[in-house]
Parts: sequence; structure tokens; C-alpha cells
Amino acid sequence: MLTRFFLMGLDRKAGLVLTVLALLAVLVPVMTLVVPEGSPWHLSIFSVSLLGKYLCFALLALALDLVWGYVGILSLGHAAFFALGGYAMGMYLMRQIGPRGVYGNPILPDFMVFLNWKELPWYWLGFDHFAFAALMVLVVPGVLAFAFGWFAFRSRVTGVYLSIITQALTFALLLAFFRNDMGFGGNNGLTDFKEILGYDIQAPGTRVGLFLATVAALALSYMIASGIIASKLGKVLVAIRDTESRVRFLGYDTESYKLFAWTLSACMAGVAGALYVPQVGIINPSEFAPASSIEAVIWVAVGGRGTLAGAILGAVLVNFGKSYFTGALPELWLFALGGLFVLVTLFLPKGLLGLWAQLTARLPSGKGKGAPNGKTADQKGM
Amino acid sequence: MRRAFRWLLAACVAIATTSAALAADLRPLVQTMGSGGYAGTEKALNQLSEAGDPAAVPVIEALQAGDLYVRKADGLVVIARKAGAGFALTDPLSGAVVGEAASGAIDKIKINNALRRSISATLGALTLMSPDPATRRSAAEAVFKSRDANALDTLNTAIAKEKDERIRRVMEQARAAVILTAGASEGDTQTAIATLTARGDRDALALLSMIAASGATDALKTAAAGAVAAVEQKLMFWGALQNLWYGLSLGSVLLLAAIGLAVTFGVMGVINMAHGEMVMIGAYTTFLVQQGLRTYAPGLTDLSILLALPAAFLVSGGVGVIIERSVIRWLYGRPLETLLATWGLSLALQQAVRSLFGPTNREVSAPSWMSGAFELGGLTITYGRLWIVVFAFAVFAALLVALKRTWFGLSIRAVTQNRPMANAMGIRTARVDALTFGLGSGIAGLAGVALSQIDNVSPNLGQSYIIDSFMVVVFGGVGNLWGTLVGALALGSLNKFLEPYAGAVLGKILVLIFIILFIQRRPRGLFALKGRAVEA
Amino acid sequence: MSAEDTLLYLDGVSVSFDGFRALNNLSLTMMPGEMRAIIGPNGAGKTTMMDVITGKTRPDHGTILFEGETDLTKLREAGIANLGIGRKFQRPTVFEPHTVWDNLELALKAPRRPLNTLTYAIGRDDRARIEEILDITRLSPKRERLAGSLSHGEKQWLEIGMLLAQDPKLLLVDEPVAGMTDAETEQTARLLCDIAGKHSVIVVEHDMSFVRALGVKVTVLAEGSVLAEGSLDSVSANQQVIDVYLGR
Repeated sequence: MLTRFFLMGLDRKAGLVLTVLALLAVLVPVMTLVVPEGSPWHLSIFSVSLLGKYLCFALLALALDLVWGYVGILSLGHAAFFALGGYAMGMYLMRQIGPRGVYGNPILPDFMVFLNWKELPWYWLGFDHFAFAALMVLVVPGVLAFAFGWFAFRSRVTGVYLSIITQALTFALLLAFFRNDMGFGGNNGLTDFKEILGYDIQAPGTRVGLFLATVAALALSYMIASGIIASKLGKVLVAIRDTESRVRFLGYDTESYKLFAWTLSACMAGVAGALYVPQVGIINPSEFAPASSIEAVIWVAVGGRGTLAGAILGAVLVNFGKSYFTGALPELWLFALGGLFVLVTLFLPKGLLGLWAQLTARLPSGKGKGAPNGKTADQKGM
Repeated sequence: MRRAFRWLLAACVAIATTSAALAADLRPLVQTMGSGGYAGTEKALNQLSEAGDPAAVPVIEALQAGDLYVRKADGLVVIARKAGAGFALTDPLSGAVVGEAASGAIDKIKINNALRRSISATLGALTLMSPDPATRRSAAEAVFKSRDANALDTLNTAIAKEKDERIRRVMEQARAAVILTAGASEGDTQTAIATLTARGDRDALALLSMIAASGATDALKTAAAGAVAAVEQKLMFWGALQNLWYGLSLGSVLLLAAIGLAVTFGVMGVINMAHGEMVMIGAYTTFLVQQGLRTYAPGLTDLSILLALPAAFLVSGGVGVIIERSVIRWLYGRPLETLLATWGLSLALQQAVRSLFGPTNREVSAPSWMSGAFELGGLTITYGRLWIVVFAFAVFAALLVALKRTWFGLSIRAVTQNRPMANAMGIRTARVDALTFGLGSGIAGLAGVALSQIDNVSPNLGQSYIIDSFMVVVFGGVGNLWGTLVGALALGSLNKFLEPYAGAVLGKILVLIFIILFIQRRPRGLFALKGRAVEA
Repeated sequence: MSAEDTLLYLDGVSVSFDGFRALNNLSLTMMPGEMRAIIGPNGAGKTTMMDVITGKTRPDHGTILFEGETDLTKLREAGIANLGIGRKFQRPTVFEPHTVWDNLELALKAPRRPLNTLTYAIGRDDRARIEEILDITRLSPKRERLAGSLSHGEKQWLEIGMLLAQDPKLLLVDEPVAGMTDAETEQTARLLCDIAGKHSVIVVEHDMSFVRALGVKVTVLAEGSVLAEGSLDSVSANQQVIDVYLGR
């Protein structure tokens, strides 16, 4: 049954996405570890981690697209789930430092010793086990999203109101994590990680391993998301996006549908954060900033909302642009990003993939006609 | 602390104005201080006391501190303070620099215990009985703080002579403080306790608590304990009032920031994430107006805030109109897209201001009529905050009148309620849209003028207000200006009442959580519009 | 009348919006298998009545019972729909980004929980039923068209088709023939009459010739309560009805 579910989401676009990811999974390790350093085909470890970071953002964008593109919930707080997943992973990595910290305390992370804490707070217990931390990466964002969504959807908070309170949610978490007494390292966050699962976190092999894990997580999430979209549940979600009240009158409990997509999306964002942290080596409260959430929205918008593949494309392109601009023309980056917001909403409401679909639709052979959510009609015949 | 400083300042001003005229008469007396040993100094001191001129106060204070010297070369009496290897010399009366001297070139004027008492008495007499009321008052406050037993006699004399009832009360409080510290008969102590209970501030509370803990007799302890309870209750009452004032003050800041948003979001349904930047532009306009006046018309600098009001309204409003015409008008009916586009604009505007003015804070100074504070019962109210409260309400009232009573307001409401019909009636809806958005942005600019007085004028100014403003509008109920007013004041007060218990940050988090939960209960805010029309 | 044998029982239902009384002490009963036409001037409360039955609007007071026992005022929209009450809106609302087929598949009677729909695979019976409805509604050739690209009349038919797919016990049909040609109107009337045998139907309509074609009991609403009830001929003769509605 699971196979049928995954196969259901497999169309040409999905095939393309998965092929590109598979190519990355083969080429990147070879170019980094096998190709010698002098060769023009060699890829530095720095580039691998940078690429890994982009793919984490792509996973966040994918999660966001699932709720925004298909259910119409514009979350301005998805960075909160991303950061919570990141913190869960960061806590594991902190515990792995052990006595190698500056203060050499085998149990307490440095910042707790600095704050004169005597023992580990209860919510840090268990994070020395990878399996527990990995579970928390899903559970913490998932539970928060479930609780938040349960209240919000049941009270029929929709549209901009929902967007604004998701922003309030992440802002409240931002303020909370800045506090030292929260026990998450305050302003500085968690950093100075040493190893993950016993492997040196700086070693090229580990870096490539983390990259491969990111590719795998992205591919799996993509398949889950596209499987859901192609299922009848996905059709209900799209119907909710456009005419929620009509779906209710058909007897669907729309709240539980929204809650399902919302919670799943938060878990995906959590995984993205968890993979992000070991690759960039730090997690701090600024990840909760409302601005990061809104930036993630623009990745989705650039690629094309409601297309899944577009979210991935947008995240990678915009972040590539950001890396370039902040290096070469830092003054101009905010102008570029701001302009992107304006131009995309005004001139590219369907994003790059929508543009591409429009262009190909004009050609005589174009058959993707009238598929605003990127779905083609030939999925029906099964 | 601040109060003490203010009195000191007043005293200095009083001294400076009178010293010029009388300094000449005092100079011979000051010159005799250095001669004749202890007796000579005592005699000079008495004469200074009789002269009754407060200009002598710095001289006597220097004597008390051991800073008064005689220059060996010419016998000149000077104030000497260590500077490098030697001493820096200043004239004790005028404070003018006299020169420098090696430590061997000057002699300290020595004092003994008897002299010390005289010095205290003389200082007290000169200040407590000074012709200037402010000096007398600050002297009495100083005695209240120091609780110096030596001042008791002078204080009694001063109280007998004092005609100003308010100053006499302070003097009596000072005497009560001295009595409680030094100890006196049971009756006097009881009176002192009553006096301090009437004063009822934190200083009085500290003294009374001391007596309650270690009074001479049980009766005194009980009286003091009762007094402590009374004072604490009074302090709590004033504390609550003070919190209410802080809440009102924060609420009016929120109101100012949110009220423009209430127009663009509430009336037009446009989510303007660049609203904070309109506030920021208003603040920078204030800065520019002040700079301009400083350069070209320094005499008018005090009025720069008033001139900045129309300027900021026009600049922010103009930017708003440009934004509406170029971006927002293409996005009507697509609120989420508007949100994204205006967010992009906010990023670009921040960066533009950062490029033009630099990333650092800009200084906008307060005009004289906005600085300082006054006391109202147990409340301390700064003029700056008071003006902002007044201003916020004035803007609110003006907007209300503009929307309810003018042709423009009527057009706005007509377009909001039924666009095609308004169009058919000959209202140029596109122009009304642009002007409404301009109005909302212009009000944000006005908020910027006010905020430049209490916050840092930096490119990030707007960012810190945007979330709060949205919370206020959503909490109050979209499309209802009264809701915005109530929302702003309620959230401001809630914040300030939580702060003493939870701390500023946790308080803010609690307020956010409160709003999130509140929106679940009432998705359309405090004052929601009801009916079928809302659904459409 | 006792509530027990009725399919739908409204007693003393009132709703007001900001002081305006949309429904004023409205009482109405429907027997199983009955078809009823509701007419009345604009603002008489016809749509609001459907809103309170389907749970979109909560009445301020009054009783609404389904099959004599289920209190509809306590349920939310989805719960009411799952009891077997289907609704067609005044303005046709179909799922525009979905194909005609998908619209019907979504409406088709089937378990409605997320897990059910996630694992749903269309079976032979469901396929046959959708085919049948496509034939009835004459949308068979357009099954792969996106619903958004249909004409107004086709959307009306699709929505009626979705009602059929839901297979409800009670159908609430709000102005089903608005924007239809005379021929289409006639077909719709025939279709509704066919349905009425197995289901109960409430039709709100302005079109008098359509109401006449249905040939059923008519309830006249005015200012939120029932003004008259009976055959179209008898209510047409009622002086009050003529005053407020027909004779305007």
C-alpha cells in the first residue's frame, strides 16, 4: 500500500526532481572525496556544506509550500519549527561535546557552567541519545504545530489573521530563546559542536554524510508531499484552499485536514532545521526572527507556490543569490531581496515554474494546459 | 536620585546668579580664613555666617572637605585639587582657574572637631535660611538624606523662620529623620513617626522600618510598624497608579504606531508590512528638520518638533501614495500578496535609509518644553511622555473627525462599503484609495515624530513596532478605530502590569501568548463587525 | 404537530444580525420524501434559513431537529452534512482547480476522515456511480475539464451532480435555475422531481414557472417567518402574499 502511495505521486516533474537529487547524491561525494584537490572538478568541503544548507532551506520551503500552496495557510512562523528542530539537534550535539568544553564539565554545556547552574534542567535529559533527539526533532515542532493549529483552525482563524498570529508565535519564541534562564544558551545559542554519532563533525567524510542525509530527507519528503497531493486527501486540501466552506458542506471536517497538513509540514521543517544545524555549526535565537520566516515564503513564491518542485528551486536560487550578493555587493542584497518580493508578487504570481508552464503551453505540443497547481490531467486514468 | 539632582541644579543656578553681585564683599572675609589658626578660621566662619550670602557655600564646603589652601607666595586663599604631580588651583568664590602649584607651595587650612560643628551649622544656616526658596528646600532635602544631628539646631531655627508652608513641611520631615536617627524623647519620636508617615515615600519607609525593627520601646515599635503598613499601602496605591500611567504612556505609543495601520488595514484591508518604515521615515524627517534648523535658524531649534509634524506627515504620506500607486493598487483583493510585496518594500526602504544616513542611531534632541518632569502626588510624570499621550489622543480625535465629518472621510467610507456604487456616484475611487493609503502612512509619519523623542532613530526603528501594531489592530478588531484605541491602551497596561512580576521580556511574551489565545476565542477581535457582510 | 415523524423540524427559530432580524420565530416541518418550494421577497430569510439548517449560522433561539431527534443547532457544518443534509448554493460553488470527475469524486458518499481519503482508491462501484451521475448531468464529455472552465449553467448542473453523489436524505437547493435557459430549467425541474421520490428536497426559487413546474407544496416566507403555506394556486390567491410579494 505504501508503494502505491508513493507511486501515485510520481509524475514527470517528480521524476525530474528525484533524478536531480540522485545525481547530486552521486556527484557530490565523488567530486569531494575522490577527485583530487587540484582538479577543476574538485568540490571543496565548504561548498558541500553550503549546498547542504541550501537543500535544508529547500526542505523548509517544501514544507511551507505544502501548507501555503495547497491549503492556503500562509505561515509567517515556519522558521519557528525549523529552529525548534535545529535546537533539538543542537542539544544532542552539545551533549556530545562532553568534557571537551572550555570548562571541561562532562555533563553541563559551557553556558550552563557559566551561569552557575548545578545540574541539567529536566528538558535536557535524554538528549545525549541520538534516537531520542531525532524523535524530538519531529515531536517538538509537531506538538507545537498541533496545539497551535488545533486552537487556530477550530476557531476558524484564517487568512491574514492566521498569518499574523503565526508571526506572533515565532516572535514570542524569539524573545523566549533570547532569555538566558530558558536554558538554551540565550543570545549565543548552541555552538562549538565536536562530533555527531561519534564522527568528527568537521571531517570531510562526516560533511559529505550530512549532505547525503539532507538529500535523502529532501527526496523522501518530496515523495511524501507529492503522494499526499495526488491522493484524494490532497484534492480535499486544494478544495479547502479555494472554497473551505463548500468542503464543510460536503461533510469533510476541514479542521482536521488542515491540522494534518500543518503538523506534517511543521515536522518537515523540524527535520530541515535538524540537518541545518550540524552543517552550519550553530543555532541561535535569530533563526526565530519573523524575517527568516517571511524570507522562506519568498523562496516558495519565486519558484511557484503549489508546485513543490518550485519551492525547492526557489529556495536554492534565492539562497545562491544571497550568498553571491552578501559576498560581492552586501549593500545591494536587501534591495535585491526587497525587489524580488515586489516583482514576484506583481509580475510572477505563479513563480518561475508557472512562467515556464505558460511558455510551454504556447507551444503547439504543450499539454500542461490549465494546470494551475502543476497537476496534469493524465493522473486521472488510474 | 533624579529629584535630588534637580534640586542641586536649582541650587547651583541660584548661587550663580547671586554670586556675581556679592562676591566682592565676601572676598576680604574669605582671605582672613587662612590666618590666625583655628580661632581665626572660626571667626571668619562666623562672619560669613552673619553675612548670610550663599555665595560662601562653596568656600565652606571646600573647607569641610579639606580642599581649602593658602598659597604661600602671596597668602591667597584657594581651592586646590590634586592634578598630576602638583595641585590645580581655583578661586573659591568664582571657581575661576588660578593656576597650578607644587604641593610644597601651598598650606592646607586645618580644621578640628569644634570647627567641623561650626561648619555644619554655618552651611545649614546659609542654605536653610537662604533667601532663595529652592536653595532652602534642597538644603532641607539634603539634611533629610544625611540625617546629620549637627544640623538639628539650625533646622529648628529655620523652621521657626520659614514662611513657605511646603518648604517648612520638608524641613519638619528632615527634623523627623534626624530625630529618628539620633534618638529623642518618646513624644518627639512619635511626632516624627507621624511626620514621616505623612511623607510616605520609600525613604520614609526605610527609616520607619528601621524604627519598627529596633525602636527604643515597644510602643514605638508598634507605632512604627503601623506607620510602615500605612506607608506601604500608600506606596502600593501610587505604584499601581504609576503603572497605570506607564501603561497609558506605552499604550499611547502603541496607539500612535497602530492608528495608521488601522486606516490601511482596517479601512482598506491592505496589510502594509512597510508601515513600520513609514514611522521610521517620519523619525528621520524629524531629524532632518532639526538639523536644518540648527544650521540655518538656531533660534528655532526648540520648535523643530512642531515643524517636523507637517513635514513628516507629508513625507511619509507622499511615500505612501507612491507605494499605493506603484505596487498596492495591483494587489487589491489579494491580502497575502500585498503582505509579501510590502514586506519587500520595507526591506528596501530600510536599506535605503541605511545607505543614506548610515546604520548608526541619529540623535534627535528634545525641546526644552518636553524635558523635565513634575510630580503629582506620588507620581513622577515626565513632560516628554505626557506630550506623547496628549499627542496620541489628539491624532486619534483628529482622525475620527476626519473620517466622520469631512467629505474625504465620507468618500473613504463609501469606497470601503461599496466600491462600484461609489464609483457610479462620481467618487474617483482610485484617487480615494491613494489618498487613504497616504493618510495612513502620513499618520505613521506623525508617530515617527513622537517616537524620535523616546526611541533610537535608526533604520530598524520601524521593525520594532510593526508586530506590536498588528497585534493592537487585530486585538482591537479590524475596521474599528475605537477598537484600536481600546486595544492599544489595554495591551499597554497589561504589559506594564506584568513587567514588575515577570520582567520586561517575559511580560511581552505573555502578552503575545495572551493575544494568540484571545484571537482563538474571538477571531475578529474585541470589537468585531457582525453579520453576513463580513463573510463576503 | 409532533416532531417525531418529521425529517426536519424547525420551531421558533430566530436569528438577528446587528439588530436586523433575519429570521423571526420561524417554524417549518418537512416529512420524509417530501419536496417543498420556498418563495419570498428578497430579505425574507430564505438563505438564512438554509444557513441555520446547515450550521453556517447559529440561531439565537429556537429548535431545529433532524429526523425528530438530532439537534442541529449543536453540530458544525461537516457533522450536519454527514447526517445526510446536502446543500446547493445560490451562486454555484464548485472546486474550480479540480476536474469535473474529481469534483464528483470528492462529493461521492464515502468515509470522510483524513486517513480514509489518504488511502482512498476508487473502486468499481464508485466509478460506476460517477459515470451514472455524469450521464444524468450531461457532463460526461467534459469529465476531464477543470470545473473552473465550465459555463455558469454547467456549474449549476455539476453542483446538482455533486448533491446526487453525496446521496443525502435532505437536499437544500438554493435557486437552482438561475442563469439557465428555459430548456435547461425544464430539465432541472424534471431531475428534481425524480430525486424527490427517494429524498426530501427544499427548493428556494424566484422563478414562478419553475415552481409551478415542480407542482409541490409552497411555503411563502416574509420578514423571517412563514406567511402562507399550501399549493401554489392557493398561496397565489392569498391577499397577504399578493401584498408583500406577488403584487409588488
